[in-house]
Amino acid sequence: MEHYISLFIKSVFIENMALAFFLGMCTFLAVSKKVTTAAGLGAAVIMVQVLAVPVNNLINTYILKPDALIPGLDLSFLSFITYIGVIAALVQVLEMFLDKYVPSLYAALGIFLPLITVNCVIFAGVSFMVQRDYNFAESVVYALGSGGSWALAIVLLAAIREKLKYADAPAGLNGLPLTFITAGLMAIGFMSFSGIQL
Amino acid sequence: MSEALKVPSAKETFLEPLIANNPVMIQVLGICSSLAVTSNMKTAFVMGLSVTAVTALANFCVSLVRSLVPGSVRIIAQMTIIASLVILVDQILRAFAYDLSKQLSVYVGLIITNCIVMGRTEGFALKYPPIPSLLDGLGNGLGYLLVLCVVGSIREIFGSGTWFGLTVLPTVNNGGWYVPCGFLVMPPCAFFLLGSLIWLVKTFRKDLQEPKEYDTHREDY
Repeated sequence: MEHYISLFIKSVFIENMALAFFLGMCTFLAVSKKVTTAAGLGAAVIMVQVLAVPVNNLINTYILKPDALIPGLDLSFLSFITYIGVIAALVQVLEMFLDKYVPSLYAALGIFLPLITVNCVIFAGVSFMVQRDYNFAESVVYALGSGGSWALAIVLLAAIREKLKYADAPAGLNGLPLTFITAGLMAIGFMSFSGIQL
Repeated sequence: MSEALKVPSAKETFLEPLIANNPVMIQVLGICSSLAVTSNMKTAFVMGLSVTAVTALANFCVSLVRSLVPGSVRIIAQMTIIASLVILVDQILRAFAYDLSKQLSVYVGLIITNCIVMGRTEGFALKYPPIPSLLDGLGNGLGYLLVLCVVGSIREIFGSGTWFGLTVLPTVNNGGWYVPCGFLVMPPCAFFLLGSLIWLVKTFRKDLQEPKEYDTHREDY
């Protein structure tokens, strides 16, 4: 149990997807103007991440790994194309499922879901899971942690940006460059977690 | 749909994205990898080359099949083409530059989700013939490579005193005079450098400046 808790803490704070690995930056910078939209996108990312990482874990263990499907067959060169296909399909299925059974959630998250297919957080979560050889239980915890870390970061950035629009910045710095620098300062803050030994 | 549009000249498609419409600084695409791999020149350069190759070839292939693919499945078709190309790049890197591919770790795979590739296939290759698309892909890839090299050079020369692993400024640890700025090698620094670069560009390109949402010089409070 302790192992899973430390994996969770590690993936949320020490290995923050947005602020330590710079993943999902495009949406991180573009969709962080308001806290409510940022929280919606964050929730959607957590949801897709928690589905995509464990599913790809199973596919990797039982189909793609050397000798997994048929002894002597190594399909690992197909990894990228399989993962992205699985992610795209999952997003599509999730979208249809939410539309049918949870319309209120679909109304809130609907516009963000297609965006998530090309969000690198999901793909990177899958790649890290494969690279670090997580088992199924670990992959669930890691998915929750890494999705949560990104959601946390984007909500924090949105909260800062809501206040930042009252700042009197030089004309060229306004908007995007200022967001970059804010994110940089946040990344320094998150670096202080890197000293934690788990 | 494609022949009706006027095809821009070859020079235009190739040179435009290098500076005037740079994918990283102006269109703000492909930020993830440009922040993560630029702590030294070797990884930055190899990453830039890989993205250039993938963007150019993906643009070419998507443009070849553009009239055969129905609109509803075009995203999946593009994804498949891009993913196959990235697998090729990954296998080549593993075969010929194993250490570098280890250093780049997941970022090679992440070229699939790099917005520049998808943005160009979606925005250019679907409308124009293969050869201009190839040039457009090359131009955008090289524009990305250029920014990566600028950021990578600053970070490596001032952060560790070397360039492509060769000593430029002899550091104190090796008996030289230069005290390296360790902060530059750390990840958050990439944010500041890229932010400042965009700031610089926006100072000279007034048309790109974002209007203030809130007028701080208003006098009614």
